[in-house]
Amino acid sequence: MPLLELDNVATFYGSIQALKGISLSIAAGEIITLIGANGAGKSTTLMTICGIAPPRAGRILFRGAAIEAAEPHEIVRRGISQVPEGRRIFPHLTVTENLAMGAFLRKDSTEIARDREYLFSLFPILKERRHQPGGTLSGGEQQMLAISRALMARPALLLLDEPSLGLAPLVSRLIFRIIRQINEERRTTILLVEQNANLALRIAHRGYVLENGRITLEGNCAELLGNEEVKRAYLGM
Amino acid sequence: MDYFLELLIGGLTRGSIYALIALGYTMVYGIIELINFAHGEIYMLGAFTALIVASVLTLHGMTGLSVLILASVVAVLYAAAYGFTVEKIAYKPLRQAPRLSPLISAIGMSIFLQNYVLLAQTSDFLPFPNLLPALPFLDPYSRFIGPTEFVIVLTTALATVALSCFIKFTRLGRAMRATAQDRGMAMLLGVNVNAVISTTFIVGSALAAIGGILIATHVGRINFAIGFIAGIKAFTAAVLGGIGSIPGAVLGGLVLGWTESFATGYLSSDYEDVFAFCLLVLILILRPAGILGRSTVQKV
Ligand SMILES: Nc1ncnc2c1ncn2[C@@H]1O[C@H](COP(=O)(O)OP(=O)(O)OP(=O)(O)O)[C@@H](O)[C@H]1O
Ligand SMILES: [Mg+2]
Repeated sequence: MPLLELDNVATFYGSIQALKGISLSIAAGEIITLIGANGAGKSTTLMTICGIAPPRAGRILFRGAAIEAAEPHEIVRRGISQVPEGRRIFPHLTVTENLAMGAFLRKDSTEIARDREYLFSLFPILKERRHQPGGTLSGGEQQMLAISRALMARPALLLLDEPSLGLAPLVSRLIFRIIRQINEERRTTILLVEQNANLALRIAHRGYVLENGRITLEGNCAELLGNEEVKRAYLGM
Repeated sequence: MDYFLELLIGGLTRGSIYALIALGYTMVYGIIELINFAHGEIYMLGAFTALIVASVLTLHGMTGLSVLILASVVAVLYAAAYGFTVEKIAYKPLRQAPRLSPLISAIGMSIFLQNYVLLAQTSDFLPFPNLLPALPFLDPYSRFIGPTEFVIVLTTALATVALSCFIKFTRLGRAMRATAQDRGMAMLLGVNVNAVISTTFIVGSALAAIGGILIATHVGRINFAIGFIAGIKAFTAAVLGGIGSIPGAVLGGLVLGWTESFATGYLSSDYEDVFAFCLLVLILILRPAGILGRSTVQKV
């Protein structure tokens, strides 16, 4: 049974249809990437999975249970967390408070403290900055905090929306290395949305190409990297 | 000097009441960016509920402090239930609507609640019993401060500290701050935003009810319209301090209270409200975000 399955999902903003019948499936432990041009519907796909932009038609199954009509907080409770586009750190909460918000639905305080230490070990700069308001961090630090905050929920599935956007190459490589590490050490399943198809296809296992609200291609990353169309449209070759 | 002290304490008392009500305005604004015009009516309902409960208990032979405590508890719960219900009926259905719609709905709620009390009770002023026991330790200072003034200032201080601790240190308080800063992100982290908004209305309404009971005890009479002017003054205080800011609401309340007290004491008592609004205009010209308000927009 796949961990997450989308079956013919259609999402609208008012009368504008952003997703035109999307189907995809993710197995536990995989890293899947979703690539596509601006406005293709990548962020909408993630917001639809999280219940913020619920679909008008289609089914979403998580661990076999339908979640397409569930409230966002219910979906988080089931084990799906998102690092949204633009990081969206709470600017006036400290780093520690931002992390605590990530663990909002958890009650196991000793485990929460352990997870925080684990994340501080991945991103030591966050530990240094822990009493600072989130809004005073640099873009790269905010991205680290956003990922850490999502991981504080101990999700089974982590959705990442363009984590490398606006970051220096060195920092985005660090972020990608850690995404890989989280996937291996914690067995966290990852759905990664990226414009940087080159990097994404290198760390993912499989990928989907989204165009204009529809999935137009799918396959393992080696296949996609070799695909002429992908090369031309997304790899700039 | 005595006169100065008298005015100082008078202003502190007034300002405390403004602060208690302003806290509700500022909390609600912080979370959903709505000026809850029905908030003053919650304050009035709190005073009325306390009056009714106190009258019933007195009829049954109860006296003294126990009447005050019971009446206050019932009034606070009742007002909190009203605040909760007003949000559910008048604001929640309009959450996605243009910003003007909930504002108009709020004004409608305010008019409705005033007229509801007018019809259910009376348009006359009703006497409100002084339920406070004597506080003999205040006797030497009785020229400056009476028992109701003392209790008003003390209660406001305690309520403000309790609220600040709640918002700063509890899980729900943190979720409130997060929701105020980025509601969508709070949802993505598992916060039940509807519950947070309801909590905000409940807490704000409870504080307003406390203010209503205290001022009714102090002034000794109430009618259906007392929420209107108090609401406008408290709203002024919230804007003065920086709407959305909790310390700002308290500071704004005190500044407004003192301005009114000193201006009427030293200048003229005919223009009490004029001074309040002149101060508002002045501060908004000098500091548009209010005394403690954040000058930058905090919405992402
Ligand atoms: N809140 C909204 N209201 C109306 N239309 C929207 C909204 N959000 C997105 N859309 C539209 O839906 C379509 C898909 O948008 P989406 O944000 O999912 O694209 P994306 O693939 O994430 O793009 P990008 O790479 O630029 O982030 C776009 O045409 C966009 O204009
Ligand atoms: Mg996007």
